[in-house]
Amino acid sequence: MRTNDLIGALAADVKPGLPPGRALAFAVAAGALAAAILFSLVLGPRPDIAHAVATIRFDFKFVLTLSLAASAALLALRLARPEAQAGKTILLIVPAMLAIAIVLELVNVPAQDWLARWIGHNSRACMINIPFLSLIPLFAILAAMRLGATTRPALSGAVAGLLAAGIGASFYAAHCPDDSPLFVATWYTIATSFVTGLGALLGSRFLRW
Amino acid sequence: MTGANRLTAVARETEWSAWMRAALSGDEAAYRALLEALAPALRSLARSGLARAGAGNADAEDVVQEILLAIHLKRRTWMSDQPFMPWLNAIARHKLIDALRKKGRRGEVPIDDLADVLPDTSEAPDASHAELTRLVGRLDGKSHAVVRAISLDGASVRETAVKLGMSEGAVRVALHRGLRKLATLTREAAA
Repeated sequence: MRTNDLIGALAADVKPGLPPGRALAFAVAAGALAAAILFSLVLGPRPDIAHAVATIRFDFKFVLTLSLAASAALLALRLARPEAQAGKTILLIVPAMLAIAIVLELVNVPAQDWLARWIGHNSRACMINIPFLSLIPLFAILAAMRLGATTRPALSGAVAGLLAAGIGASFYAAHCPDDSPLFVATWYTIATSFVTGLGALLGSRFLRW
Repeated sequence: MTGANRLTAVARETEWSAWMRAALSGDEAAYRALLEALAPALRSLARSGLARAGAGNADAEDVVQEILLAIHLKRRTWMSDQPFMPWLNAIARHKLIDALRKKGRRGEVPIDDLADVLPDTSEAPDASHAELTRLVGRLDGKSHAVVRAISLDGASVRETAVKLGMSEGAVRVALHRGLRKLATLTREAAA
């Protein structure tokens, strides 16, 4: 094939398609909707949610999970552009918030209660349900990111995983009876790292171009 | 960079970004002008890159075509309020490194900046860049017929629609699918 023949074919394919940012927004919306449906079918909010929303520890879980989703989304948008610097420092925001919350918790809670708050009631449910709620968002986000042009497929896949886990955990937090930052920092983090690892694995395979 | 080169770089940025902006809003003529201007610059880049890696430059035209295909399929990732050249360089570099890897060359090979390279208008004879032709043969059904007609036979979308008894819309869809599949096939060939 002569290069000019190829150029003729490329020029005839005139529609440029969806911008990666809009595709990502659609994927996040669709993924969140799917997670919402699964959440209401399988888990549902905890029974005392009306009381829980008035407590700062409960509300702070959402600050964390939504901040995780937002910072991952911003990084994903940058990674879609081949020439942009990744700017990974944005991912330190959530760990920093969590570290401050842990210090405040340790200062305000007597030492004999630390263990109970750390172990919580249901760490296994947390580690199962967050990945469960994150799976469809992860697939949707990866599909959208295939429209991007990342030069770092595994990193981009991991960031897709963080974003999906942020969505999944935002729903799970409304079901989960454990609100201590000690619990969240441990079990939510483990659950998130499953999803992130899966994202990295899939990304290194499906985000190449 | 010499003064003359700096002038070229600025002129290229201005002209190429304007063409790409027009192309993204559906201007086929501007898009064709852009791709025709890019090809000679990419050819220089590919030849010098392959030569520096000690890979010979017999397949340079295949690399040029793979880069053009990537530019095409990823053009939406250029933000039209950002400079065009860094985006173009990033795409070209990514595909050139891929091509070098395909030949088993790893490690750092200095790659030229497209703002500076002198255009190389000497396309090698057909026989030396048969890669895409071979891969078009691996497309199936309508995509195969459409991509063949429009690229190898140089037919227009309308002529292809009439010839194959399809609507123009269906031809465009099959063309887009075929080009995406071609890009996937070049990557698999690389693995």
